[in-house]
Amino acid sequence: MGDKLLEVQNLHVSFKTYAGEIKAVRGISFDVEKGECVGIVGESGCGKSVTSQSIMRLLKVPPAVYKQGKILFEGKDLLALKEKDMRAIRGNQISMIFQDPMTSLNPTQKVGKQIMEVLVEHKKLSKKQAYKQAEQMLNLVAMSEPHKRMEQYPHEFSGGMRQRAMIAIALACHPKLMIADEPTTALDVTVQAQILELLQEVQKKVDMSIMLITHDLGVIAKMCDRVIVMYAGQIVEQGLVQEIFEHPTHPYTRGLLKAVPRMDMSRKNALNSIVGTPPDLFAPPKGCAFYARCEEAMKICEEHMPVIQEVGGTHKSACWLHHPMCPIKNRKEEA
Amino acid sequence: MSIAQSDKEILLKVEQVKKYFNVGGGTLKAVDGISFELGKGKTLGLVGESGCGKSTAGRTVLRLYEPTEGKVIFKGQDIYSLPKKNLKEIRKQMQIIFQDPYASLDPRMTIEDIIGEPLDIHGLAKGEKRHQRIKELLELVGLNEEHASRFPHEFSGGQRQRIGIARALAIEPEFIVCDEPISALDVSIQAQVVNLLKDLQDKLGLTYLFIAHDLSMVRYISDSILVMYLGQMMEMADSDTLNEHPLHPYTQFLLSAVPIPDPNIEKKRERMQIQGEIPSPIDPPNLCPFCTRCPKVTEECKKQRPRWKEVERGHFVACYHVGEQ
Repeated sequence: MGDKLLEVQNLHVSFKTYAGEIKAVRGISFDVEKGECVGIVGESGCGKSVTSQSIMRLLKVPPAVYKQGKILFEGKDLLALKEKDMRAIRGNQISMIFQDPMTSLNPTQKVGKQIMEVLVEHKKLSKKQAYKQAEQMLNLVAMSEPHKRMEQYPHEFSGGMRQRAMIAIALACHPKLMIADEPTTALDVTVQAQILELLQEVQKKVDMSIMLITHDLGVIAKMCDRVIVMYAGQIVEQGLVQEIFEHPTHPYTRGLLKAVPRMDMSRKNALNSIVGTPPDLFAPPKGCAFYARCEEAMKICEEHMPVIQEVGGTHKSACWLHHPMCPIKNRKEEA
Repeated sequence: MSIAQSDKEILLKVEQVKKYFNVGGGTLKAVDGISFELGKGKTLGLVGESGCGKSTAGRTVLRLYEPTEGKVIFKGQDIYSLPKKNLKEIRKQMQIIFQDPYASLDPRMTIEDIIGEPLDIHGLAKGEKRHQRIKELLELVGLNEEHASRFPHEFSGGQRQRIGIARALAIEPEFIVCDEPISALDVSIQAQVVNLLKDLQDKLGLTYLFIAHDLSMVRYISDSILVMYLGQMMEMADSDTLNEHPLHPYTQFLLSAVPIPDPNIEKKRERMQIQGEIPSPIDPPNLCPFCTRCPKVTEECKKQRPRWKEVERGHFVACYHVGEQ
């Protein structure tokens, strides 16, 4: 560890629409190291999927505009690459699995052929070699009877099997980074657990980094080394999982953690909710985006955006409460 | 088999309800013998994986689907034996909130008309009185009068779910089936809607059948929980007992799959390993539905369906490997 595989620097992504410009991602910076699993949490519309699709350069330009920033993958700026060069990276060195395994597979092609496709394209394998390797991939993702599955169509698969097939496609070229965008949201908890464990296993086997996007804090706790919390297109807090779960320093993170009932907690504990809804990204607020919903908001929060700063070691938070001169004692305790 | 306290009035009694569908390849036994009692002002959580028949069960209880077999006694009246024309009267007391707040509101109706529709159907309020009632309902669910003239697309998912709740409450029902009312919502909004449902229950004395696959949320809102698998009942107990001392291997498996949002616990936790997925509900053999995946399976399980038995007071299980009291 310690080697940066991916570095996102001050990324701004907007969408030009008839109604105006939606500022979906507003200046985010983070990195992913080799072999680690980084989780991105946030609610719908917070920009987590736009971030991952920007890394894969999957957004249609226009309406999307990369306004500012760099995405460095092994030192190369992906946003500056020609589409032809990007194609050599996409699905090969960086691959992605999506939320909905029902729609992200091609319903008109056999599953085997869809796995072979990436191998023929990127690894220049012959059809015969590709077929053999595709079958091995299905075996790797613990699919029963891989030989039979090769010849089946996606509609003959259950949700969990389709997600396994997606993972097989994503793993086929031994990518260095896998982006998993809500990979288990559409699945039952029992199938979710199987898929997550599968991802953990293959990550160990092939030594890749995972960027896991989810809104489920339980999934983050299970899978990730580090967490990034996003709100309204910005990163509000990031740090190691333990730091975030044990000492959340941003009021939004604290609110999120308190809003989830826990299986190991008695139901007598009251469930906290965060009042209100996220701001409109057509006209994001001038100050802190969480101001309107924040219980600890101060005057400054309305006017000025807080800067993300270190609150201890690897832990960073964007909140005025961490200003050294803030009277409210709220900074992370030295422990 | 009572899970409600004896001093509480039983509002709903469901006895051996079955709902089969004829499909191409045979009979799909979506709900295959469900029984429970629900006390007034209580919440029963109905959980299980997708395809286990929990939504069908909810709808069959309301007779939105015609049952194949069974009895539902609501306030002493068997609603399955009522002639169709008398159903309207009883439906005034039972409502449903749907899963998808995007699909369950007519996009071409204003909020006033959506919430007012049940009032019109049952002829409960007209003119100024109707308007007043709609205003009250909007305030009850945390919206306001200004929202009445707007259309569904102007609202977020959480707000739409509030509108769905206001519509269900319009005719002052006593019993509401909540069919996965929060699964389409964001975490912070889920908590808002769950808190609203709990508040309304306290205020109006509502009784809920709360259907969901999110076990941690179900535990939070329910007094007791019924676990279903392949259309059948696996286990039922009060909420804390079921979560802390699950007896059925399937319940144990289901609970161990729910990730706990605490890295120190979750990273060390051993999950129960069970392979495979739910078998097809079309023409299932008459044996324990979980026997194809169960780690404790014996010959007995593959011969006959286990009996539904009470192992402790109020704790019911259908499994050969759980001893009786």
